[in-house]
Amino acid sequence: MYFIDPHVHMISRTTDDYERMTRMGCVAISEPAFWAGYDRGSAASFHDYFRQLTEFEPMRAGWSGIQHYTWLCINAKEAENVSLAREVIKLIPEFLDRPNVLGIGEIGLNKNTMNESTIFQEHVDLAVRMDQQILIHTPHLQDKFKGTHMIVDMLRADYRVQPQRVLIDHVEEHTVRLARDHGFWCAMTLYPTTKCTPARAADIIEQYGDEQIMVNSAGDWGPSNPLAVPDFIQEMRKRGHSETKIKKIVYDNPLKFFSQSKNFRFQAPDITYGTGKP
Amino acid sequence: MSSPQTARQILDRHYLEIRSKILDLAASLDRVDRAGKDGTQDDPRLAKLRSGIELLLTPGTDRAERVQMLFSDTYVENWMKK
Repeated sequence: MYFIDPHVHMISRTTDDYERMTRMGCVAISEPAFWAGYDRGSAASFHDYFRQLTEFEPMRAGWSGIQHYTWLCINAKEAENVSLAREVIKLIPEFLDRPNVLGIGEIGLNKNTMNESTIFQEHVDLAVRMDQQILIHTPHLQDKFKGTHMIVDMLRADYRVQPQRVLIDHVEEHTVRLARDHGFWCAMTLYPTTKCTPARAADIIEQYGDEQIMVNSAGDWGPSNPLAVPDFIQEMRKRGHSETKIKKIVYDNPLKFFSQSKNFRFQAPDITYGTGKP
Repeated sequence: MSSPQTARQILDRHYLEIRSKILDLAASLDRVDRAGKDGTQDDPRLAKLRSGIELLLTPGTDRAERVQMLFSDTYVENWMKK
């Protein structure tokens, strides 16, 4: 089955991973800007990072026949440094017309601080002013419920935000309704120990349905698996769910959400193989 | 939307997996106890884990959500107005 991984940090992964993803049916990915494992010292570092996400990475993905899309921002963890964050936000507009940029992300909260909230709202302001979609990171572990609530509060307080153009990511059992009840899209991240397992993600689908929801690997430099979406497909098949339903979650839904971005020019599988173009 | 599987099918498929997870849990707690008395028995994280285990024995179809909430910080309404 063809699938799209709507959240994976491929700059942390090898070309072998791209190859394995292709063999498992991956036809496109989207890569939000994130924390590199250390705090960067200057806005110039982010400029270089944005170039990597919009120049080299789509070419590398293309070598394996995968269409590469991306989202730009300063992540929630480094957003604690407000002055640096504002410098980075100023850099973003020059990249928004690049052909693989879908919007602003992954913005969000990390430790639910006021500084993070301030920069989150400034990112949202940039997104609505520049007519961009938004991809949102929700915090980890004990911070997730509170942080997701705070994020929804901030989004709802800005009347300009169109919920159907916003994806709230890393939802779990206790946060999925927060996103869905207010009309936002949401995604479940399949991680080995934190976030969701494929089985729990399938449970959530069975409880809350398959509308406006997708799954991703969020593969990065930490414990993660870029082939987690195929694991979810397998779990759904073992439970007896139809191929149509599974395809909706791993292919149709990401396409529907991404299609709201003016830069999303998806080409159906088998057409772009080897061209290196997004 | 619900599961296409019957309760019997689910239990048949996952019985050994659940048993294994209970054993892992038991062995992990044994390991903590075997390592000696260094004040860890008063660690609030252990109390949380005990509460989580007790929650598993309560009825319902939302245990996973309740466990999540047990390990979650409290949300304070109107935080934006402060």
